[in-house]
Amino acid sequence: MEVIDLAWWKLGLAALLVLALGVSGYIARLGITRSLLIAAIRTVIQLALIGLVLEALFASSAFYWIALLALVMLLIAGREVVARQGRRLQGWWAFGIGTGAMFVSSFTITVLALTVVIGPDPWYAPQYAIPLLGMMLGNTMTGVSLALDRLNESVWQQRGVIENRLMLGQTWQQALEDIRRDAMRSGMMPSINAMAAAGIVSLPGMMTGQILAGSPPAVAVKYQILVMLIITAATGFGAVMAVSWGGRRLFDDRERLRLDRLVKS
Amino acid sequence: MKVRRLIHTCYAWLVAGEILCNGVTIMDPAGHGEPILTELLLENVSVGALSEVSLVVPAGQVACLSGPSGSGKSRLLRAVADLEPHGGGISLGGTRQQEMPAHQWRSRVVMVPADSQWWFDVVGGHFPDDAGSRLPPALGFPSEVMGWSVSRLSSGERQRLALWRALSLQPEALLLDEPTANLDGSSTETVETWLLEEIRRRHIATLWIAHDPGQIHRVADAHYRINGTRVEPVHGSD
Repeated sequence: MEVIDLAWWKLGLAALLVLALGVSGYIARLGITRSLLIAAIRTVIQLALIGLVLEALFASSAFYWIALLALVMLLIAGREVVARQGRRLQGWWAFGIGTGAMFVSSFTITVLALTVVIGPDPWYAPQYAIPLLGMMLGNTMTGVSLALDRLNESVWQQRGVIENRLMLGQTWQQALEDIRRDAMRSGMMPSINAMAAAGIVSLPGMMTGQILAGSPPAVAVKYQILVMLIITAATGFGAVMAVSWGGRRLFDDRERLRLDRLVKS
Repeated sequence: MKVRRLIHTCYAWLVAGEILCNGVTIMDPAGHGEPILTELLLENVSVGALSEVSLVVPAGQVACLSGPSGSGKSRLLRAVADLEPHGGGISLGGTRQQEMPAHQWRSRVVMVPADSQWWFDVVGGHFPDDAGSRLPPALGFPSEVMGWSVSRLSSGERQRLALWRALSLQPEALLLDEPTANLDGSSTETVETWLLEEIRRRHIATLWIAHDPGQIHRVADAHYRINGTRVEPVHGSD
C-alpha cells in the first residue's frame, strides 16, 4: 500500500480551522487566542525541523548522530520538567533529579525494547530508535514532572504535619509516606488512564498513524500494546526514582525538613 | 567511646552542680534501683539570633523558658529536637545528638509544638494500640476518644491529646511549647498537675516554654529568660 503524501497547501486548510478557532476566541473574549496561535506556530516549526533532522539521520544512520539527537531530546525534556514545577529544588538539583530519572528509566527500557523485543539491525536503527525514545521521553517527562510538582507542593503545604511526625520520632521516610504515595499516584495517573481507555474511548495516536501509513491493523495493534506497556513501565520507574531522590533531597543528613532548598519558580 | 561518655557525664554533673550552687535544688541522683537518670544538656548552642545557650535540665525536673514573642524560644526547642541546623553541643544522659540517628534522638527527646498536627482521620490512628485504655483521667476524655474523628476536636482537646501522644512514646526528655496555651483556667491547672506528676514519676527532663508567671511559679524547678541573644537564668521567685 502506498501512503498518500500531503501537499503543504493542504495543511494550510487545517491551519485555517485553527485560525478560525482563534478568531472566534478573540471575538468571544475567551483569552485563548494568543497561546493557541503561538502553540500552533510552534508545532509547525518544531515538527518541520525534526522532519529535516530525521531525514538526514535516516540517510546517515551513524550511531553517534543518533546518540547526539537522543541527548538533545533528554536535555530538552529535563528543562521542561523543571519548568513544569510550581516549586522546585534549588540549583541544579531540580534539573539533575528530573533528567537523571528520565535517563535511567527511558533509556534503559528503550534499549531493552530495541534489543530484546523488536530487534532491528543494527539495534539503534533510527527508524525504530528515535520514535520509540521520543514516545518514552515524552510520557516519562509528563509523569516525572507531575510527580515532582505534587511532591514539592504537598511538602510545602504540609510542613507542619511532616515536622510533627518527625518530632514524634518517625524517620523521614515514614513522615513522607502519604505524600510520596500521592506524588506517585499523580505521576502514574495519565499512563493508567490511557491504558484503561485505549481502544475503547480513544484510538492511540501511534496506532492510528501506523494504520494511516498502511500497516495492517494487527501489526499496528501489537506495536501499540508494546509501546503502551513500556511507556507505563518507563513512566512508573522514572516517577519512583524522581520521587525518592527528590524526597531525599528535601531532608538533610539529620532528617530535618529543609524547605529552604525549595524555590518558587 | 565509653571514656568519652563518662567524661560527658562528669561534665554534665559539674554544670549541674553549678546550678545547684545558684540556688536550684535537684533530686538525689543516687537513688538505688531507679532507672538511669538522663539529664538534658545544652552547651554553647546557637540557633537563629540566640548564641551561647548553655543549660542543664536534670531528669525529672522542669526548666521553664520565657521571653518576648519572636525571641527564638520555639527555634531553640526545635534545635534541641534537632529539627533545625544549630551550633554547639546537645546531649542526653551523656550521649550526644550526633551519636545516634536523628529519628532515634527525637523519639527520646520528644517535642510537642504549640499547634499540634493530626494527619489521620481518626484520633486512634495517631496512638499506639493500647493508648486508649491507659488514657489518664486527668485529661478528661472518655475512652471512646480514640474512635473520634480529628475534625471534631477543639483546639484545647487537640493540645491535651498531643501531650498524651508525646508521653505515650516513653520519652526521656520533653520539649513543651506553651502546652496549656489553648486551655481554660481550671483545666490548665489539672493538666499542669498531671504533667508534673508524669515528669517526676518517669524522670523526664523537661524544657517548658511558658508565658504566665503564675504557671512558671507553679511548675518550674529552674527558670531561664531570653534577653537579646542570651538565655539567662532567673533567680528567686518573680
